[in-house]
Amino acid sequence: MRRIISILLLVIVALGISLSLAKIPFGVPKTKVGKHYINEGVKETGAVNIVTSVVVSYRGFDTLGEVTVLFIAAIGLGAVLSTVRKKTARKIEPASLVLSTGCRVLFPLILVFGTYIFIHGHLTPGGGFQGGAIIASAYLLIYLGCRERRINAKVSMSLESLGGLLFVVVGLFGLAIGGYFLTNFLPKGTPNLLFSAGVIPIIYIAIGFKVGSELTGIIDNLIEES
Amino acid sequence: MIFIVSFLVVLMLVGAVAASIFRDLISAVIAAALVSLIASVLFYFLQAPDVAMAEAAIGAALTAAIFIIAIRRTKRYEE
Repeated sequence: MRRIISILLLVIVALGISLSLAKIPFGVPKTKVGKHYINEGVKETGAVNIVTSVVVSYRGFDTLGEVTVLFIAAIGLGAVLSTVRKKTARKIEPASLVLSTGCRVLFPLILVFGTYIFIHGHLTPGGGFQGGAIIASAYLLIYLGCRERRINAKVSMSLESLGGLLFVVVGLFGLAIGGYFLTNFLPKGTPNLLFSAGVIPIIYIAIGFKVGSELTGIIDNLIEES
Repeated sequence: MIFIVSFLVVLMLVGAVAASIFRDLISAVIAAALVSLIASVLFYFLQAPDVAMAEAAIGAALTAAIFIIAIRRTKRYEE
């Protein structure tokens, strides 16, 4: 009986979703604001990458909220794990020479690539979140390959705080100079150059440091536990 | 192009089904990571490289690692 009811429910839900999706025209512009971003985005923000101009400039305040959500998640994880942490020092079996050497060679390359992704966020695809995630995966590689190495938790936490602080301070400067939060108060420069788009690269560097150190901190907390 | 995309979609479906029926949880995590990896390739084909990058780094690498660490603390096989 329950099975029949659940199948019936699934069919009703699938019917509703497919009927509502069929109403939406595919490939036709539905909103005016999207057109505005595509046509005026480069002129208004100076960022060639339109996604970045939306994420950091037009919807910058939402991005601050997203970063805060990630921050709260990392803090919650740390708080939960710190209550059950045992203090016994475990003997760590070292990885084989091939594995540890490979990790040591690959680690700086991945780190440089992540940094490139978030510094060039306003020019090429990617940005603070992607660069931070790539940096965190580099640290994950180090944790798996060179198991005796540990990051300094104090340094990572202060980098995280500094990144968040830089974001808010830039936003408040914009409030003081331009009249609203996150105003692009620096000169926009020529598009397609590294030093262009005003405060957007600064904010993305702050986000990159913040996300990278947060995700690394999460991995650090979990691996200490296991 | 359409053949590559359909092959990837079929592979993704197989991975998703496998992740839900595997009793060995490590294998299930690997299958779920495969789904994420193919999703990132499909995002790239759909001209969303930003999302593809985030999906590859977070979905395929970090999430799988976090799941595997969690499995090491608990049990490997599902009853």
